[in-house]
Amino acid sequence: MMNFLAAHAPGPTHWLFLTTILFSIGLCGLLTRRNAVGILMAVELMLNSAAMNFVVFNRFCVPAGVDGQVMAIFVIAVAAAEVVVGMAIFVAIFRYCSTIDVSKMNLMKK
Amino acid sequence: MEQLGFALQHAWVVPALPLASFAIVGLFIRPVSNKAAGVVGTAAIFASAFFAYWLAWEYYTLYPAGGEHPAIIPWAFEWLRYQAGLTVNVGVLVDPISVLLMVVVTTVSALVHLYSIGYMHGDYGYGRFFTYMNLFTFSMLGLVVAPNILQMYVCWELVGVSSFLLIGFYYQKPSAVSASKKAFIVTRFADLGFMIGVLILGYFGYNSFGELAASITPGMAEHGVSNLQPFDFHYLNHPVFLEHFKGLNIEVCGVGLLTVSMLLVFCGAAGKSAMFPLHIWLPDAMEGPTPVSALIHAATMVVAGVYLVARLFPAFAASGDALLVVGYVGCFTSLFAALIGITQDDIKRVLAFSTLSQLGYMMLALGVATMEHPLGYTASMFHLFTHAFFKALLFLAAGAVIHAVHSNEIWEMGGLAKKMPITHLCFLAATLAICGVPPLAGFFSKDEILAAALPTHHTIIFGISLLVAALTPFYMFRIYFITFWGRHRTHHAEHAHEAPAVMWIPLAILGVLSVIGGLVPMASYVSIGEHMAHHGINLAVAIPATLAGLLGIGLSWFFYSNDAVRAARAAEAFGVVYRTIKRKFYVDEVYLFVTHNIIFGYVARPIAWFDRRVVDGGVNLSGWSTRMTGWVLSHLQTGQVQGYGIWYTAGALFVLLILWAALV
Repeated sequence: MMNFLAAHAPGPTHWLFLTTILFSIGLCGLLTRRNAVGILMAVELMLNSAAMNFVVFNRFCVPAGVDGQVMAIFVIAVAAAEVVVGMAIFVAIFRYCSTIDVSKMNLMKK
Repeated sequence: MEQLGFALQHAWVVPALPLASFAIVGLFIRPVSNKAAGVVGTAAIFASAFFAYWLAWEYYTLYPAGGEHPAIIPWAFEWLRYQAGLTVNVGVLVDPISVLLMVVVTTVSALVHLYSIGYMHGDYGYGRFFTYMNLFTFSMLGLVVAPNILQMYVCWELVGVSSFLLIGFYYQKPSAVSASKKAFIVTRFADLGFMIGVLILGYFGYNSFGELAASITPGMAEHGVSNLQPFDFHYLNHPVFLEHFKGLNIEVCGVGLLTVSMLLVFCGAAGKSAMFPLHIWLPDAMEGPTPVSALIHAATMVVAGVYLVARLFPAFAASGDALLVVGYVGCFTSLFAALIGITQDDIKRVLAFSTLSQLGYMMLALGVATMEHPLGYTASMFHLFTHAFFKALLFLAAGAVIHAVHSNEIWEMGGLAKKMPITHLCFLAATLAICGVPPLAGFFSKDEILAAALPTHHTIIFGISLLVAALTPFYMFRIYFITFWGRHRTHHAEHAHEAPAVMWIPLAILGVLSVIGGLVPMASYVSIGEHMAHHGINLAVAIPATLAGLLGIGLSWFFYSNDAVRAARAAEAFGVVYRTIKRKFYVDEVYLFVTHNIIFGYVARPIAWFDRRVVDGGVNLSGWSTRMTGWVLSHLQTGQVQGYGIWYTAGALFVLLILWAALV
């Protein structure tokens, strides 16, 4: 088993394929979900796929450096902050109009 | 070159004083006090006149009479710089004719200002009047001293504007407004020709400036010209340039380009000097206040055209044909206007036609002159000089009469000689002067014009000017007899009073000038080309001219002394001819027909249709399409952020695809 895994170690292409799929799933969720919390989760997916990209390029392009990993940690920190702010806004919106269905929110048209 | 005197060094003061006074009176004094506006405006012109005399005195001390009179530019600054070698200065050119005009303009202007203090008293817009008059005086002086044709053009237009403002001074009167528009449009139309002429001269002048300037520049420093420029009169009048220009051999419809450009310049001159067929604005311009007619439409502005031709005289002479046109147009106008003058009933209009006739005289004098026989040039400037005084006097005296009887119609005057003795005397002096009765001013200048026409083999011109010399006394004494002799025709004429002192003092001064103005030995002061031997009075010319004048006076007395009974009978006998002349040969009607029926009907209407349908349609279409696009696109704004996200993603993908296609 370990031999098989060692022989078939995933290359950069695989990893990038994975991050692309993750990003696409996130994008799809962002554009189609009606629930605001679901959208927030989709955004998390996209952020993480990007963070993973940093790590992948760090690993395969400059293995000696840690810049990509630092960047990934940075993204995670920012994402956490973003979720906090986002959730706070949703709570406020829910208090205001008793729903977090984004299709009901069309204040920008007015 | 000797050290210039104070007045020459500060020659800019002459035009600057009226300009400063215009600004100060117009902006600060006029709103506060009308009386102060009149006093300050007048004082500024008197100061300017004083300075002009000083300048003339210094100039003729530097270059004594009878000798060489070079053109000097004692003061100039760079105004426009397009590129190296193409710059235009604003400056002051001092040469005999500009000195002459400065003296004439400031003198007449100062006296007219003084007269206006009395004439305009209590008039609505008293301060405004003096503001405009100052503006006019500044523009006219700027035109006179222009060292290059562009400064002259700018001041030329300023003069036109001030003329427009002053003709339309009584802007509540519809006739005054339409007269001012007519004057402005006709002269503006003529100035279009002037402009094109300037551009042609400037284009070819600049093109050859580089190669020619080197051969002109030496010897310039002693004339006080520091740097030569392509628009300078010194360059345009220089034989080197004129030879080169003629040598280009460019022809427009078989006419040399020099002649074409000079004819275009003359078109502007003819507009300003009201030569046939552009004369139609001047009689109507009499709608303005009488001092305006005296200053602008008799003594100064209308001679700007004559001055322009004189200023570019070497260029006109080099073309030859252009000068011939000037001569014949002037000749025709002098006869044509004199004929109309006989039949008019409005005293100011008679004087206006008389002005036309005399301007024609000046033009024809220029037309018969050449560089080899330049007597006509001197004669023209001489007549300009004397005419300014006696014509301004005639207008001012007519103004005094109008002031007294409250009418312009000569048939509502009569018997004023006893009621207004000073005005009567001044009017008589000016009338005798214009008629060429020796030894008054007009005799000498007219004699010189006729003497210039005779030996240059312009027999037709000589004959016509002799005829006009007989017609002038006829119409002038006609209005004199009707206005001042006979019985009082109306109640107002019966109770007329002499004008106040502030009005008759300028009349008296001008009267003296009209009497003695002809004694100036003009030939030793103003001349061009080959130096003329001093000549006395040519009896072969003077006797017929004087006889013609006396004949005119006699005929006038015969027809008009006995309450014009014989004249009325004569008018009846002439019938159609009389009516045609009285309607000014129907020139106005022809103009109306051409503009209204032909230009408005067949040119303006299709153009208006094109403008309304095609041009406006195009503009409206672009507006409509923008509005429609906006309306369609506004439906994309749903307020759904996810919808926007989809558009955004699609766009980003699209751009990525393009980049991919472009790069791979």
